[in-house]
Amino acid sequence: MSDLVEGATGPWEVVIGLEVHAQVTSKSKLFSGAATAFGAEPNSQVSLVDAGMPGMLPVINEIAVQQAVRSGLGLNAKINKYSVFDRKNYFYADLPQGYQISQYLQPIVGEGMISVDLADGSSRDIGIERLHLEQDAGKSIHDRHPSKTYVDLNRSGVALMEIVSKPDMRSAEEAGAYVRKVRAILRYLGTCDGNMEEGSMRADVNVSVRRPGEGLGTRAEIKNVNSVRFMQLAIAYETNRQIDILEDGGSIDQETRLFDAQTGTTRPMRSKEEAHDYRYFPDPDLLPLEFSDAFIEGIRTTLPELPDAKKQRYMDELGLSAHDAQVLVSDRDIAAFYEQVATGRDAKVAANWVQGEFFAQLSKAERDIADSPISAGQLGGLIDLIADNTISGKIAKDVLEFMFESGRDAADIVAEKGLTQVSDSGAIEGEIDKVIAANPDKVAEFQSGKDKVLGWFVGQIMQATKGKANPQMVNQLLREKLKA
Amino acid sequence: MAEPTELGIAEARDQLAKGTLSARELTESHIAAMADATTLNAMVTETPEIALAMADASDARRAKGDAGGETGALEGIPLAIKDLFCTKGVLTTAGSHILDGFTPPYESTVTANLWQAGAVMLGKTNMDEFAMGSSNETSYHGVVQNPWRRKGDNQTLVPGGSSGGSAVAVAGRFAMGATATDTGGSIRQPAAFTGTVGCKPTYGRCSRWGVVAFASSLDQAGPITRSVRDNAIMLGAMAGYDPKDSTSAKIALPDFEAALTGDVRGLKIGVPKEYVLDGMPVEIEALWQQGIGWLRDAGAAIVDISLPHTKYALPAYYIVAPAEASSNLARYDGVRFGLRVPGEDLTEMYKNTRAAGFGAEVRRRVLIGTYVLSAGYYDAYYLKAQKVRRLIAQDFRDAYEKVDAILTPSAPSAAFAVGDKADDPIAMYLNDVFTVPANLAGLPGISIPAGLSDEGLPLGLQILAPAFDEETMYRVAGVLEEAAAFAKAPEQWWRGGS
Amino acid sequence: MSVDKATVARIAHLARIGVGEEELQPLADELSGILQWIEQLNEVDTDAVPPMASVHDQALRWREDVINDGDKQADIVANAPDGANGFFAVPKVIE
Ligand SMILES: [Mg+2]
Ligand SMILES: [Zn+2]
Repeated sequence: MSDLVEGATGPWEVVIGLEVHAQVTSKSKLFSGAATAFGAEPNSQVSLVDAGMPGMLPVINEIAVQQAVRSGLGLNAKINKYSVFDRKNYFYADLPQGYQISQYLQPIVGEGMISVDLADGSSRDIGIERLHLEQDAGKSIHDRHPSKTYVDLNRSGVALMEIVSKPDMRSAEEAGAYVRKVRAILRYLGTCDGNMEEGSMRADVNVSVRRPGEGLGTRAEIKNVNSVRFMQLAIAYETNRQIDILEDGGSIDQETRLFDAQTGTTRPMRSKEEAHDYRYFPDPDLLPLEFSDAFIEGIRTTLPELPDAKKQRYMDELGLSAHDAQVLVSDRDIAAFYEQVATGRDAKVAANWVQGEFFAQLSKAERDIADSPISAGQLGGLIDLIADNTISGKIAKDVLEFMFESGRDAADIVAEKGLTQVSDSGAIEGEIDKVIAANPDKVAEFQSGKDKVLGWFVGQIMQATKGKANPQMVNQLLREKLKA
Repeated sequence: MAEPTELGIAEARDQLAKGTLSARELTESHIAAMADATTLNAMVTETPEIALAMADASDARRAKGDAGGETGALEGIPLAIKDLFCTKGVLTTAGSHILDGFTPPYESTVTANLWQAGAVMLGKTNMDEFAMGSSNETSYHGVVQNPWRRKGDNQTLVPGGSSGGSAVAVAGRFAMGATATDTGGSIRQPAAFTGTVGCKPTYGRCSRWGVVAFASSLDQAGPITRSVRDNAIMLGAMAGYDPKDSTSAKIALPDFEAALTGDVRGLKIGVPKEYVLDGMPVEIEALWQQGIGWLRDAGAAIVDISLPHTKYALPAYYIVAPAEASSNLARYDGVRFGLRVPGEDLTEMYKNTRAAGFGAEVRRRVLIGTYVLSAGYYDAYYLKAQKVRRLIAQDFRDAYEKVDAILTPSAPSAAFAVGDKADDPIAMYLNDVFTVPANLAGLPGISIPAGLSDEGLPLGLQILAPAFDEETMYRVAGVLEEAAAFAKAPEQWWRGGS
Repeated sequence: MSVDKATVARIAHLARIGVGEEELQPLADELSGILQWIEQLNEVDTDAVPPMASVHDQALRWREDVINDGDKQADIVANAPDGANGFFAVPKVIE
């Protein structure tokens, strides 16, 4: 498959690398005991350390170390038993220390590789350059005062994992698939909640273009893009912008740009215009971070089944199609929900229901699986009613809708509304006889070999029984009577 | 009975225990002496009300029988605190304009430990701005005067630095002891210039939490007192493991006072040949020989040693310390505390604030530090210095294979006149030539007054010891102190009626 | 290494210290003097020497992940030169 972009003067190849910032799931910050929860009063989740007060010192959170190692293992990456925290020095209103504690030359996690899943069902390997731990900055609020920027340090010092990819992506689709896959893996691992709206995950996108086969072009870095859709829009815009410049004989500036969601464009970031010189050096308030093989292996034993392995198992053991398996493993919560529904039931039927009617209802209700109005057990109960012929699959769809509205169990709804399927052959035969008697022309059509008419008869009978007739029985009895 | 301000900590402790002296009396006499010494400019902030309240609380504890034994190694002892230590609710300036009005809502671990031990706070002492200086001339709050003067000469002398105010408060008899900090010699050199005892313990012995940072890998707090015993008592109260400081050593805290056995027989004392400097005053060389003689007479074995990279300690220091400082001082930006000088935009506000807030020496070091870390220069300067630093530390490790402690002069000269070296940074930096190596290697060192110069000024000798062996350091210092019998005090020319 | 006025201006900007034009040359001379003095380090062969990471050979200690700090907005903003409603305030930044 070619991802080349056709310009006025010939094809271009776009090269994309991503720096994903993922907030470590932890109660307290990377170097202080202040809370990390989202949405608190300004400067209320701030310790003296996070505010860069004179004489304050960092002490590292052990969970942050564990989560970084765990994430590294999940990204099939090399774990570095010796790593170093450095200071990245620059002045900014929301950077209270005047430096960010990060990792530069010796990160906690080295090279890795993940497989990303594309829409056409294919997959592609994308390299991971590194993962390092660092502090988040605070938040600048520009729209509260005409001449002032307000600063809230609640996020200051929150632990981030910066996951840097190799420049291995060649299209917006691949970049989107990469982010989704990284997010899925971290969520499976429990190391980042992946909540992009709350800023738990955001990406810096490096985009450059080149003629196929040539060396890397000059890149622009688009900062802090906080959704996959925006990222893809930004890449598309940036690709065209760069191609236009180059085709007009211009050159690309290596610069930091901002994506404007309103206009779908990118523009240079005023505050980052100047060339930076971060003067990295090892943070003398901290010592090198060291741990043993046993520490790493201890974490490895607690890793859950990750999406790729799970997908393979769904295909091999549960007999699901690659597509179904892919959809169901795409998120930890979906897979967990599915597995609960499938337990003790037909795995394929469960798969159809989860990703078919259930997902449709969920999106109609504008809910996530995490706050679904019905539980996996309730969906399973509905499937059970189909399996034991209490209701038909068609009725079940209506029942599911009632369940979403009320949150009640399928069996209660079926009982209350009298939806139990009619499996009494006498009753069904009676309805069949009436329909046959009233429609001799259709009978003749059938007997002349037009099998399709059978569907019309089924419809009539289902209508007459308000959908409650057991469809298999209707089919079977109809055939018998029409052939007679 | 001697005036309370003439007492040492150990003697006062005994009188307080016996009830022949109250903490209030002791504190009041020091408050009065402090008020009488404003000429010396040793204090940035005096806190007499706090001192009296703390003294009364101490007397009350003692009356209830809580004191002594269990609590209070420093019960009722009035101390001065270097203005680099954050003190809750009390102005803390680090000697800088940029911390104007800064009142920390927190207490440094070291001072909290002192108050826990029953000590009384007299106030905050003047110092070189951000502890950058060797003469106490860089303070925003003005020059601190040395209580000592040359014989027959009224010229104002510097007290050394950066802990000049602390040294002067102790030498001038208006504090029984004072906290200080030492990044390149800032405890030991002013102690030598003022005839006091100043110890920089092993890096990691005292918590750096709540101490305004100058150079994190070098900074270490320690006490200045008038005797070795007082020093051991005070360090015992200041020191200890602190989980809030990642570089604090999780190691048992010995009874330093108990280390003063008065016996150095069999100890091997190293004398490094590289500490003989060209142009060093002969009286310092002579005093050093005198010290060697005293220790030999006391039964120690004198061993000639070599610390071959000594010469490179100062230049390595003047890369590492400014580099760390340039980063540590980035937080003084006018946003969250201290001085703000407005500007048209954020960058201009930063520049205006920091231009007005930092003095010349701080600016010089921040610029040097920024330069040596900047793109293209990091390897040539910072990395090179950190490599040389390892060699210097290795020199000491090799030496301590052969000896138990090392004896050197504390400083290459006696106190000099205000303004003498103010225009020549390198000449000023050379003050720390004997003290800096211990900072680079993280080792303990102490300066004790050992004699007077021909001009009548105190001179110090320095004892260095292996990491976390302050006990040997104090043991040798105690013997040297006894042999030197330095009981001299400056004329109190600043006092009374003036 | 001697530094020129442009270099002083560049590092002063990096350090966010306002330096007047008339101060650049004296500062350049001063810094050059210090740097030249520092460069005696080049006499030392350090090819095989790793840089010092910390003065004592110890590894970093880790803290338990518990919330035991924060919730002190008043202390955090108490010394702020400008601010409102619990925020710090600075001249408007345009991103
Ligand atoms: Mg980045
Ligand atoms: Zn980052």
